[in-house]
Amino acid sequence: MKGNEAIAEAAIRSGCGLFFGYPITPSTEIMEYLAKKLPQAGGTILQGEDEVASINMCYGAAASGARVMTASSSPGFSLKQEGLSYLAAAELPVVVVNVNRTGPGLGGLGPAQSDYFQCTKGGGHGDYRLIVLTPSKGQELYDYTMQAFDLADQYRNPVLILADGFLGQMMEPVELKVRSREELPPKEWVTDGCRGREKRKIASYALTNEIGEANCLYWQTKYNQIKDRLQRWENFYADDAEYLLVGYGTCGRIAKSVVLTARQQGVRLGLLRPITVWPFPEKAFWGLHERVKGIMTIELNAGQMIEDVKLAVQCKTPVHFYSRQGGMLPTEREIWQAFCRTFQLALTEEEL
Amino acid sequence: MEKIFSRTKGLTSLPFHYCPGCTHGIIHRLIGEVLEELDIIGDTIGVAPVGCAGFSLDFFSCDFVGAAHGRAQAVATGMKRALPEKLVFTYQGDGDICAIGTSHAIHTAARAEKITSIMVNNAIFGMTGGQMAPTTLAGQITATSPYGRNCQLAGNPIDLPKIIATLDGAVYVAAVSVDSPQQIIAAKKAIKKGFQVQQAGLGFAFISILSTCPTNWGLSPVESLKWLRQNMLPLYQMGELKATKEVSAL
Amino acid sequence: MMDKILLAGFGGQGIMFLGKVMAYAGMLNHREVCWIPSYGPEMRGGTANCSVMIANEEIYSPVIEVADAGIVLNQPSYEKFVSRIKPGGVLVVNSSLISLGSQRPDIHLIDIPAGQIANQLGNDHLANMVCLGAIISKLALIDMETVQQAMQFLIGKKKPELLALNLSAICKGIEYGYGSGLHPI
Repeated sequence: MKGNEAIAEAAIRSGCGLFFGYPITPSTEIMEYLAKKLPQAGGTILQGEDEVASINMCYGAAASGARVMTASSSPGFSLKQEGLSYLAAAELPVVVVNVNRTGPGLGGLGPAQSDYFQCTKGGGHGDYRLIVLTPSKGQELYDYTMQAFDLADQYRNPVLILADGFLGQMMEPVELKVRSREELPPKEWVTDGCRGREKRKIASYALTNEIGEANCLYWQTKYNQIKDRLQRWENFYADDAEYLLVGYGTCGRIAKSVVLTARQQGVRLGLLRPITVWPFPEKAFWGLHERVKGIMTIELNAGQMIEDVKLAVQCKTPVHFYSRQGGMLPTEREIWQAFCRTFQLALTEEEL
Repeated sequence: MEKIFSRTKGLTSLPFHYCPGCTHGIIHRLIGEVLEELDIIGDTIGVAPVGCAGFSLDFFSCDFVGAAHGRAQAVATGMKRALPEKLVFTYQGDGDICAIGTSHAIHTAARAEKITSIMVNNAIFGMTGGQMAPTTLAGQITATSPYGRNCQLAGNPIDLPKIIATLDGAVYVAAVSVDSPQQIIAAKKAIKKGFQVQQAGLGFAFISILSTCPTNWGLSPVESLKWLRQNMLPLYQMGELKATKEVSAL
Repeated sequence: MMDKILLAGFGGQGIMFLGKVMAYAGMLNHREVCWIPSYGPEMRGGTANCSVMIANEEIYSPVIEVADAGIVLNQPSYEKFVSRIKPGGVLVVNSSLISLGSQRPDIHLIDIPAGQIANQLGNDHLANMVCLGAIISKLALIDMETVQQAMQFLIGKKKPELLALNLSAICKGIEYGYGSGLHPI
């Protein structure tokens, strides 16, 4: 199935009851698929008047306790930032998908990772974070979406699936695994009518600066807890590596091919593929400087994740960067050549 | 001795913090009474706007959700779609619903969303300190129209209920005021009808209520009521702008 | 082992479907597969291309720089993709619409009048299937049996009346592929 369809099917099988969206390439198949199948599963799908409406509909539906999702692509995702800030502040669990296309502005429809900053650093106003998962193939689009619903409920926080146009449009076999639901905290905060209980409210305002600060400290305690518990990454030949590639999503899987090429040439190259980009898997980089001579990040942007990698290695290891942008993808040969140039590894033409 | 008047159960015991002479308090009370009389306090979720009424979520005794500026109807839509058996209403100022939230106002009505929206129109942005709203009258002085609203420059006031009434999904549209006892009684009737329309699942119900803002108008409470009658009542179309056959039969 | 295949033609020539048949043939044969469409602003018209990878191990990089095999159904596609077949690879060319310009002596070129053959079968839209037939024997990881299963899966239920017709187009392509069309390196 198509990547976008894998996300949609996972949502249905996760008990997502409502979807609110607005069409935009290359993520629209998520809504199209759900428009056909979610009503059959007893759910509700509604096309909002725009992305702003859609994310706020998610806010209302999540406040009722239902599992909710919305999906978009970069320009549309920008429009959702206000809503995401409110969702994070009101601690409402919503799963949001951004099938990243190019920018800035209208950009093009090709794959990109240029929303990395927007996705991992907040994006909207205020000091908040989304949990951001980055699948790299069809099966992961499905699996991570399922996990996203649980994580959202567990931490009462919006969770973002950050894919790109390539992953969304690509078709791969996906095993529709059944996920046993994790033990999740009961939703004792929902506003679904107060008959038989005390009145509840869900809001994010702070009447005084003192309350405001207390709120901020509370959120940061939660974010620190998530940072501590939730860093995820894939280690691909990284244990004995002298050099490391770092890439997520499509770049992560292209980089695997590069690692295999390098190993055939006798170069001890490994890959760290972040699975969460917030929290960024800093733990994966601890102590690496004792063994690793150099790191190269592979990105579909002008150099965004590299900042987190530099922070993670605390400048103890040189960090370089290779990218394609504007919808282009690097081939494994291109990356391999860039890698050899960067680290001045002398290789014959044939080896390149 | 028999107690013949008390605080409605639809409101909490928290004292209102609104400015002296502001009619938000009257409107809160009317809604509270309607919630109590229809026995729906426990089945209703309110959605608060950003603006003076942003803190209304503490004043009502039903569950309440605070929305972003202008987004209350989108939030209410999501809420109602998730809880079709419950009653959902939005309480919004004219700055909230007629400016930043206009697209949601139009589309919520067009979709016949089964919610009740109450707009409190005082022709100004109150909370931010009295700036021009889309509903500000021609010539009216505000912080951002210090020489009076120049319609050549800033356009003419919007009469939102008239626009909403043209949409098929809006089945009940009423414009009322709270400047006199008779008007207050009529306003309560309209609010009640708005909730009954939702209970019957007939479609979107919209009630616009003219209100005062003595602080930002720079008038005393009594002068404000007079100003409303003299300036707003003639401009805005009043009364039941639309009631479908099904609504009239309620 | 891996087959990397590029497919290209006009929008409406059934390029995406052709790719799907190959991908499903691989999947039903328990291979790893990956189908990638070119996607753009136009729904119809223009050139369409997609790539298919079939492997018996996990597919890492899904980006094809040079392919093992390709099918091109129109002239612009031929010109664009002829350089992206690896030396020793195969390119099936719909000679009904394509005149071969600069040729590559280092690849197997199968030029097949797929348009005419499809026309003789009574349906112009079958040129893609004719070309599929011509390439099957050159691929390592799918064969006629799995393609037949894929066709059954993809259109057997929805349009059973078209199944036999499609299969006969594929057979014509297979015959041709073994026949005179193959240019040796």
